[in-house]
Amino acid sequence: MTHKAVPSITAYTDGPLLVRGDVEILDAAGEPVPRGRETVALCRCGVSSIKPFCDGTHKLVNFRTDPVAPQA
Amino acid sequence: MKLYERPAAAASRTQLPFAPRGHVSQRIVTLLETDPADAAVILNDLASHVERGIAETADIVNSDDLQVAMFLLYGLHYGSLTGVSADWEWQPELVACRLLLESAFEAALRASVPVPELPAPTAEAVAAALFALTSAESGPSLARFVAKKATVAQLEEFVVQRSIYTLREADPHSWAIPRLTGRPKAALVEIQADEYGGGRPERVHAEIFAATMRGMGLNASYGAYVDHVPAITLASLNMMSMFGLNRRLRGAIVGHLAAFEMTSSIPNRHYGNGFRRVGFGEDVTWYFDEHVAADAVHEQIAGRDLAGALAEDDPTLLADIMFGANACLVVDGWAGAQMLDAFMSHTSSLRMPVVDAAVPAVPTTVQS
Repeated sequence: MTHKAVPSITAYTDGPLLVRGDVEILDAAGEPVPRGRETVALCRCGVSSIKPFCDGTHKLVNFRTDPVAPQA
Repeated sequence: MKLYERPAAAASRTQLPFAPRGHVSQRIVTLLETDPADAAVILNDLASHVERGIAETADIVNSDDLQVAMFLLYGLHYGSLTGVSADWEWQPELVACRLLLESAFEAALRASVPVPELPAPTAEAVAAALFALTSAESGPSLARFVAKKATVAQLEEFVVQRSIYTLREADPHSWAIPRLTGRPKAALVEIQADEYGGGRPERVHAEIFAATMRGMGLNASYGAYVDHVPAITLASLNMMSMFGLNRRLRGAIVGHLAAFEMTSSIPNRHYGNGFRRVGFGEDVTWYFDEHVAADAVHEQIAGRDLAGALAEDDPTLLADIMFGANACLVVDGWAGAQMLDAFMSHTSSLRMPVVDAAVPAVPTTVQS
């Protein structure tokens, strides 16, 4: 039996969200978005030209992820 | 430009697709074209040739002869030299020559590449320092030129120059995999697995680049354009090979990869746009477009999980991580400037024209 890893989303400081594992990404119409690779980076600054994926442009607009949300 | 003459008889024994550029590289080519069993005479005075070559050279980074010599010696490890016996790889005299050349090359790099201010040896601090270092670059001016102004002939030169590394893309950094453990090893493998196509041979990045070359009517066999490129282009790859192949420099190869990935996504968007602007289709632009998304993933992993985690695990490597990152920026900056200066002054960046390529196959319709 192979160990099935729990899918994960990792928040990178001042950068995108990296998605690993068996997750389906859907667009606004509910259609699957081809991932193209095992680990993908989702835009969270809003300026990527290849949304929902990151294209590195957050670095040009000084996107910052702090402060983080307060603990509930 | 005069090229070093290759002995006609020896040329028939191997099929090296490029020529030596001075007495050191000539000596190594002659040796590699000799049966290993008959090579004692050449091997005996090889080190003295290398030592003299180093002593004669004021600037090893831009030395045609010594950069070709190193390219040949690293080629023995990659297996990228057509027709050359695999028995040469661990030949002691050749390894000794490589160490002599590397000693001089590394000293020259350390003299001209400053080590940036060191961050705290934590994954977050190292990632932040690497992103700050790579964003402090003066900007992707070669990339902007490619996007807005480059002619088809200049785009062809750009691809010829890039082919020296990119037809072996990712290989120099893969040497580091068994030299790492734990988190940095997993991070490097995660990046390299994507570089090598995630199990799909047609998606290996070097293969996608070969398709770009063929789509432009260029020769995608390895080494076809070594004669065309200046020493600095070979130095860029030789530096990666040196960092990757020497375990003591594993910090430098990790830092190099981080800086390389962090300066890739945005320039590749410009490159893709430039090739589209003159009418090339997806067969040619796929490589660049693929790297926009891929390297936006890789740069995050390389900064925090690879370089950052390595610095956490072994803080003694921090200085070399930052040195390797800056060496990537400085040396590739020199190589990029060599190209951009030539393009801006309407001259060629190559040592000789690309004559064997077909007329670039610019499609008449732009793909939607």
